[in-house]
Amino acid sequence: MARTKKKLPSLNASSMADISFLLLTFFLLVSSMDTDSGLARRLPPPPQDEENLQEMKIQKRNLLVILVNANNETMVRSEEGTEWYSNQDELLGKGGKTALKDKVIEFVLNTNNSELLPIVTEKEFDAPIGVVPVTEQHVVSLQNDATTSYKTYIAVQNELVRAYNELRQAGAKKYFNNDYENLLEPQQKLIQELYPQKISEAEPKNFSRGDN
Amino acid sequence: MPELNTSSMPDLVFAILFFFMVTTTMRSEELMVKIKLPSATEVQKLEKKSLVTYINIGPPTDAKFGTGTQMQLNDKFAEVEDIQDYIAQEKSSMSESDQQLMTVSIKADEDTRMSYISDVKQALRKAYALKISYSSRKAEN
Repeated sequence: MARTKKKLPSLNASSMADISFLLLTFFLLVSSMDTDSGLARRLPPPPQDEENLQEMKIQKRNLLVILVNANNETMVRSEEGTEWYSNQDELLGKGGKTALKDKVIEFVLNTNNSELLPIVTEKEFDAPIGVVPVTEQHVVSLQNDATTSYKTYIAVQNELVRAYNELRQAGAKKYFNNDYENLLEPQQKLIQELYPQKISEAEPKNFSRGDN
Repeated sequence: MPELNTSSMPDLVFAILFFFMVTTTMRSEELMVKIKLPSATEVQKLEKKSLVTYINIGPPTDAKFGTGTQMQLNDKFAEVEDIQDYIAQEKSSMSESDQQLMTVSIKADEDTRMSYISDVKQALRKAYALKISYSSRKAEN
């Protein structure tokens, strides 16, 4: 046995490591592992001619208008009142202002069934949620000036998404006693139905009627 | 001194090599615009790369193209009007079931004016590319 083993010519594989290292370096260099991330949105389909004529009627109490002007200041207006945010820190609630996300959450929930906030209706959901009051018709309308900077626009968008994420997180805790991100897909769907993102960023002119 | 047995070294290296071969996506295009993405905290990852189409917006890296906002589709500068053709072309290269899931990632510089972004959005609506994503960096609060 020992004799036959000795006779076997051994392949010199010492350069194998070098070759594979070379390949490895090549792939290291050309690969880009960065996955793109961002704020996902769904645009409304292009307006049809008849639809264009039809005015979209939204009751004023159901509408939260967020305007970002050319100086990158933000104005939030609902039936309840108007709030100005002059910079990004104030959007986050620094400097004694109510944070934008809290304003949106208050608007979406309308827990006290206020006359000035969206109409609350009872709606039935699948178990375990059951029949709960929701503000089905609320719309958050985001409008911007032509010279608004993209940076501020994204900052405001981010706060809106944050508000909805907090609502969903609270819903997940309440009904499933778990974090939203740990829920199963049908459970997440259910929570999304409970708090659908209703952010409108279509052509601003559709909403300018809310002015008066 | 006893010699270290390195015979398993190629195997190890091959294992890493295969990992990189599988996860890699070749860098397909050279960016010709400078993009500093805006930062956001609530970002979501874009799942399937093959379904994502990119639109790059920003000032050109090469000064000879000026300093105004430019848009890059694939590997050349384009105008807003070209978006529809671009989207149609990208869509036709996908299977029919994937076309529904196509996402357009808008990679725009944070100093871009919103009028430009709005024009792009309107063009995307006309092209029925309704799923979009505002590409942004993940920031910690």
